Parts: sequence; C-alpha cells; structure tokens
Amino acid sequence: MDIIEQIVSGDVRTIARILRDIDDEIPSAMNILQELYPHTGKSYVVGFTGSPGVGKSALVDQIAINYRKAAKTIGILAVDPTSPFTGGAILGDRIRMQRHFLDPGVFIRSLATRGHFGGLSKSTNDMVNVLDAAGKDVIIVETVGVGQDEVEIANSAHTTVLVTIPGMGDEIQAIKAGIMEIGNIFVVNKADREGSRKTVRELRNLIELSARRHNGGDWEPLIVETEATKGRGIEDLYEAIEKHRAYLLATHSDKWRQILEKRARIQLMVVLKDQAFRTILERVEGRGDSLDEMVRKIVDKESDPYTIVNRIIDMELK
Amino acid sequence: MEKARKLRILVAKPGLDGHDRGARIVARAFRDAGFEVIYTGCHQTPEQIVSTAIQEDVDMIGLSILSGAHTYSFPRILELLEENNAKDISVVGGGIFPLEDISKLKEIGIKELFEPGARLKDIIDWVSSNISPRRGVVLKK
Repeated sequence: MDIIEQIVSGDVRTIARILRDIDDEIPSAMNILQELYPHTGKSYVVGFTGSPGVGKSALVDQIAINYRKAAKTIGILAVDPTSPFTGGAILGDRIRMQRHFLDPGVFIRSLATRGHFGGLSKSTNDMVNVLDAAGKDVIIVETVGVGQDEVEIANSAHTTVLVTIPGMGDEIQAIKAGIMEIGNIFVVNKADREGSRKTVRELRNLIELSARRHNGGDWEPLIVETEATKGRGIEDLYEAIEKHRAYLLATHSDKWRQILEKRARIQLMVVLKDQAFRTILERVEGRGDSLDEMVRKIVDKESDPYTIVNRIIDMELK
Repeated sequence: MEKARKLRILVAKPGLDGHDRGARIVARAFRDAGFEVIYTGCHQTPEQIVSTAIQEDVDMIGLSILSGAHTYSFPRILELLEENNAKDISVVGGGIFPLEDISKLKEIGIKELFEPGARLKDIIDWVSSNISPRRGVVLKK
C-alpha cells in the first residue's frame, strides 16, 4: 500500500507522520496533500473556542462520547500556545480525553500554535484535510483559547461552539466585534456556579444585539448550559450541534457549500502566498543577493523596502 | 530551505503512582528548551501511553515512575512499541530505580534513566544530544 492508500484507509501511524510533516513544513508533505485533496470534503467540522479554563477540552471529551454512540469516527485537533520566548509548548488538552485513548474510532492530535495568531496553527486546515481524507466522520478542532481574537476557527469549521463560564459577566459585556459574531452555539459551562442564569440572559441580549447576519442570518444561535465534568447538558449540546448541521445541509440552503468555499479560498491564498514567497526568496538567495546587504542599505538610507521589493518583483515576475 | 523539525516528547506516568511534581517540572523544562511536550499525566496504562505516542508522532517517551512498577510497565511499553512498528520512538525513564534494575532496563532498550538529583540541565543536554526528530515521510511513486 502506498502512503495515500494508507491514509485513506485510516492507518494511524502514517496519518500521524503526515500530520507531523505538515506541521514541520516538510516539502514532500505538500505533494501528499495534493494527492489527498480529491478525498476531502466529507467530514463535518466542529470548532470549540473560548477563553482558557472554560472547559473546552472537557466538553470535547464528553461530546465525543455522543458521537461514538452514534457510531461516528472522530478526529480531534487540540491547539495549545507556543511560548514566544522558547519556541516550546506544553500540549495538555489531551489529558482530559483519556477515556478515548484506546478507541480506534477516535484520533487525537495535539498541536502548538508555533507563532501563528487567530486561535489555530498554520497547519490546522491542512491537518483537517488529512483527517477528512482518512475518513473521519466528524473533526473537532479545539482552539488555543486566548479569547477575543480567535475568529479564525469560523472559517474552518461548519459549526462553531463558543464556550463561556458564569462570572465572566463584565467580560461578556466588554466583548465587542469578532468572537460574539462567530458563535453558532453558545455554551455556558460550569453552570452549577453562581451567576449562570445571569450569564445566559446576558448572552441572549448580546446575541440579539450583535451581528446575527453572519452566514445569511437566519440561524438563531442556541445557548446551552453544561457541567462538562459531570456530563450534564451534553445531550443538549449534542442536539444543538446536530440542529445546526441539519440547518446547513437543508436542501434549500447552500450554506454547506458556502463553508467549503470559504475554506477553499483561504487555503488557496495561504498556499499561494507561501509558495510565491518561498520561490522568490530561493531565487533571490540563489542569485547571491544577500538579505543582510539589503537590510544594510535600508538602514544606511541607500535604499528602502519598497524600492528593493519592486526591483525583486521586476526581476522575478515581470 | 529545510526548516529544523521540532522535537516532540510525551511525558507520562504509568501505573498508580500519583506523584507528578517531577514529571511536571521536567515537562516545563522541556518546553523551555524549545520542545513540544504532550503531557498526559498520571495513571496511564502502557497501552494508553503507546497509543498516544503513535498518534502524536513523538520522538521520545519520558516515563516518570517512583513506585517500582517500572519492572512491569517499561518492558510492556517497549513490547507494545515493537508490536506497533514504532521501535524508533526512544523511551527514557525518570524516578526511582534500584541499581540492579538500571542495567537490565538499558539492556532491553530503555535509552537512559534519570534518578533523583538529576539536574534539569543535564536532562535537557542529554535529550538534545541523543534524540533527533525522525525524518520525513517519502511519497513512493
């Protein structure tokens, strides 16, 4: 069996290695992604986002049980932050999903942001594609969880679940554009805590006020209360997610396709930018032009970034 | 222009031993050294550890154990790695090991054992010198 066949048939070791190659930006991985692409487009992608400590991992762990009961295979990508100073990371989301470690129907992968902003890593979309090609029915992406700027997930996931906890009251009021607009489903986790009903009310107000126009606007975001560690409210969350999926797939709506188009556009741009930049840089260095020399010229005011780049573009692209 | 690969290390505690301070400190030291650490904590079975190691495509498994149960779990983990075609993943131990067990464990394939008093710097240096990320997968045509 060659690599593509191995991935499509779900071979864990091969999948794990390709994910690594993608993350490390190994050139051969690009060819493999190319060959895998025809096999993608079937998985249902659910994103879990929200501030650190709200219980995303615990919720993912619980919701996975429901999907497994429904005989769905799952891929989970859990993102944690890379230290900007050391380049290292502690990937600790997996520790909350231990019950699934020996289930061959659940593939869990931890990844680090590696300097990327927006809540995901640069490689996340490609990793989703690999798990998609490998035949996972559902792919759950858990974002890094630093809060307000984490809107990237909305472009990768069919359904975005935004998780909060009670007592974030004032913070919820302060949340402005971005994160409130991307949630298709809102979860108030740790709902046993004081202030849970108040948080639900505030969320409802905010949802009504904020842009419900995302994705056409006829989906009214659902609010679910949960206690992930006790497994309470998980059925409700599962039903809410399935409702949104049904809404996306409804025959009179092209919402599903719209999501695929969004992802495709972003991937096209990312790959184009990456390849173009890599190619130009290789050519520039291949010709012996030194970047250090260019920098020196800029600082010594012999040239400027714009002139230099124009010259490079003229030489390479025109 | 090949980028340097990041080292991925699994830190786990097999068996019933619940003393995880050492494991957490080493995990943090690994992060500070620039590695990506998958930390799965306490009460892991050998089967869970190997399954995680393979899914996460780690270069090294660091097992923390202070209870003496290494005599079962370490060989079992090596056995499972072999069964799953994953012998290239290095296994290293940290904790309490009777002197007579240390050479036995190394004989069966444990790459190194770090005992109480081992300095973080020495552990990091050892890993940096002895563990390298595996090579990329090649597409056969």
